[in-house]
Amino acid sequence: MREFPRSLEGNLVGLSTFAVLVWLTSLLAGLLGALTGLGGGVVIVPVLALLFHVDLRYAIGASLVSVIATSSGAAAAYVREGFSNVRIGIFLEVATTLGALLGAYLTAKISTHAVAVLFGAVLIYSAWSSLQLKHVEPTHHPSVLARKLKLIGDYPTRSGRKEYSAENVPAGFGIMFVAGTISGLLGIGSGAVKVLAMDRAMKLPFKVSTTTSNFMIGVTAAASAGVYLSRGYIAPGLAAPVMLGVLIGSLIGSRLLVKMQVRVLRMIFAVVIVALGLEMILSGFTGKL
Amino acid sequence: MSSQNDIKMDIAIGNMLRIGVSVAAAVVLTGWILYLIHAHGAVPDYRHFHGQPILLTNIGSILRGVGALDSRSIIEFGILLLIATPVARVIFCIAAFAVQRDWLYILVSSIVLAVLIYSLFFRT
Repeated sequence: MREFPRSLEGNLVGLSTFAVLVWLTSLLAGLLGALTGLGGGVVIVPVLALLFHVDLRYAIGASLVSVIATSSGAAAAYVREGFSNVRIGIFLEVATTLGALLGAYLTAKISTHAVAVLFGAVLIYSAWSSLQLKHVEPTHHPSVLARKLKLIGDYPTRSGRKEYSAENVPAGFGIMFVAGTISGLLGIGSGAVKVLAMDRAMKLPFKVSTTTSNFMIGVTAAASAGVYLSRGYIAPGLAAPVMLGVLIGSLIGSRLLVKMQVRVLRMIFAVVIVALGLEMILSGFTGKL
Repeated sequence: MSSQNDIKMDIAIGNMLRIGVSVAAAVVLTGWILYLIHAHGAVPDYRHFHGQPILLTNIGSILRGVGALDSRSIIEFGILLLIATPVARVIFCIAAFAVQRDWLYILVSSIVLAVLIYSLFFRT
């Protein structure tokens, strides 16, 4: 893994070759991200940093751009199915966008070593979370807060539309703030943390939480993108192939997902993600990143 | 809860997101192709962080760069369009809640919009 990148460095390889390699890698990252539900960001950042030796800040900037693209692209398909809940989404976006501002602010204050270590930890948590089977039985006893904030809804099932309401609203809101901070700090969608808030804490039905969370990721990422842009984290020559690659890869991935059994792939991929996570932590501690 | 209004709103949001992402991706692709044609030689040094030229870090100068057909400015402009897509979605939500006279959610979505505008236009 260490020897290969040397050939990818500046003078040895032309710009077009580098660009096409980054594009292909991003396409693969987007494909795997969509198939496993982890998102393209968690894959592309460590690959750019560890394999292409791109500075973590450029990698995070390019990844964040691709996160906005895939989230908006996927949300466009989801909202039509009637699973996502616009009110729950926008209510929690108050927490995630404020968190994203804090996260984007922190990127300039924290050393890249610490960012690498944190990234590794989030990778390992995401891998673990992607293997959990969640079957939360949605409840419909809206608390006073959930009723006041209209955090209720219904979704289509085989036996007609089923009602649900959000539980533990303050806890969900708090975890969402953390998810936003992680997203702004690491340039990823942090879907795994959002699932923690919406599935575990707020006990929303699985389909509702995944589609609503996807819907929110774009707005959350947009909140830190402004800060990234003004700090110069978004390098056009790198962000363009990453965004276009991840977007196309995830579009293909979401089409394949309907027809494919992904359990085995999910397991294999979780192992790869854990390996990348450990490598990030190690590189952070030894000062390589 | 899912009234006709909510369903119409969902469909309109879906269309808006799709158009926004498609236009942004087309602009980024155009800029990227121009970039690969014009810039030749070595890969820029991404290994060490040194920010971006000031011309590529604020909205006004990016727009001027697009006028001058600078490929990197065109890519950044496409990225700005991409960032604008979720922002437009939030504005659309405010309008849709206004039609429904849902004052609470007009307020909630306005807070989200305020945070987004703050992050785009204020330097930290």
